[in-house]
Amino acid sequence: MNEREPSSVDVLIASDRVPANAHPELLTEDAIWALLDNVKDPEVPAVSVVELGIVRSLSWDGKHLSVDVTPTYSGCPATELIEELIEEALRAAGIRDPQINRVLTPAWTTDWITEEGQEKLRAFGIAPPQGSASKMSLLGADEVIACPLCGSKNSERISEFGSTACKALYRCLDCREPFDYFKCI
Amino acid sequence: MTQQQVLQEYLLRLADSDMILGQRLSELTGKAPAVEEELAVMNVALDLVGQARNWYEYAAELIDDGRDADKLVFLRDAHDYRNLLMVEQPNDDYAVTIARQFFFDVWHYFTMKSLVNASDERVANIAAKAVKEATYHLRRSSEWVKRMGDGTEESHRRIQDAFNLLWRFTGELVTPDEIDQAMFEAGIGPDPEQLKQDWFGMVREVAAQATLTTGEEDAWMYMGGKRGEHTEHLGHILAVMQFLPRAYPDATTW
Repeated sequence: MNEREPSSVDVLIASDRVPANAHPELLTEDAIWALLDNVKDPEVPAVSVVELGIVRSLSWDGKHLSVDVTPTYSGCPATELIEELIEEALRAAGIRDPQINRVLTPAWTTDWITEEGQEKLRAFGIAPPQGSASKMSLLGADEVIACPLCGSKNSERISEFGSTACKALYRCLDCREPFDYFKCI
Repeated sequence: MTQQQVLQEYLLRLADSDMILGQRLSELTGKAPAVEEELAVMNVALDLVGQARNWYEYAAELIDDGRDADKLVFLRDAHDYRNLLMVEQPNDDYAVTIARQFFFDVWHYFTMKSLVNASDERVANIAAKAVKEATYHLRRSSEWVKRMGDGTEESHRRIQDAFNLLWRFTGELVTPDEIDQAMFEAGIGPDPEQLKQDWFGMVREVAAQATLTTGEEDAWMYMGGKRGEHTEHLGHILAVMQFLPRAYPDATTW
């Protein structure tokens, strides 16, 4: 018998089926955290959305998973993409119709970047935020930023803003390399 | 006006000022005096447009007439815009761009700082996000004012000219009308008297460090932006900003 082209009805029915990779039991929250730790920030692919601290919480309500995600900056253009990547990863793991919520409060702070995340930023060539955001003064002196490449603290700021809203541009005065600094907010 | 209409109006003011300044700054794409400044200006613009979206989304929910944030931005005409006159002024000399940013940033910083404690939870949440960005913007613009003012003879002259040029639009930042007053009484908006004191305090402090002089507080001031009475510049901004969505209203991908 010839195989026929799938009709739109077949597609409709297929979309209503339980996916082949669906888990008979709900994934544990720990398993989902681990899964999301593989979703990278599209603009800083060295770190995951979990290490960056933008996945705030997740919870099961019956069979529906709900994930709270917070943007780094109000105008971060990656916000929608990150939400899509998270949803995609969850669906790929067989979770049906995950609910992604955008939450603004409490406002994201660089204090939420995990230690592992900070190390990965440095290895990637981005100086991680220095000190605690809550202690930053409005018009205070600049922080001493160590060059992520050679470690020298002899650096100077070129611009308050770098390649993305979350970074500033610095230059190492010893190895002469310019580098991004993940701003403390 | 009901309490909710007052809040809608107030939200549109916040949103429109963010949006129009964001759009103004975006005009410098490819034209800023240095690449680092280009990055900085675009990032400030991005923050402002992002904050505008947060305010518009809340306003759209309250207005509840089927318009979303995009429609509020692209399908309202100049007389419906509620932004401060300051933000629609042209980029002009870079010293003017910086002075405009500084005057706005001081207002923005103290306003957001106050709104963090608003009795309206949604307002407080949006402000809590925005105040961090506003702080950073103010840090940058005040440093530029000092560097230009206390720099060369030429840079001093230009930033002083910019201060003189824009001073007539500063009154609107700190002069409350009935909406501002009602928002303060509702426990949402900042105390107008406090805002005025804070604004002049910081502007004069930075100006002194920059060896610049400021105008008089009771100088004659242009006002009306908050009521929809704008300078000729706003229409031109909207013409550029709104052309595409007005010409192709059903376009979903640009």
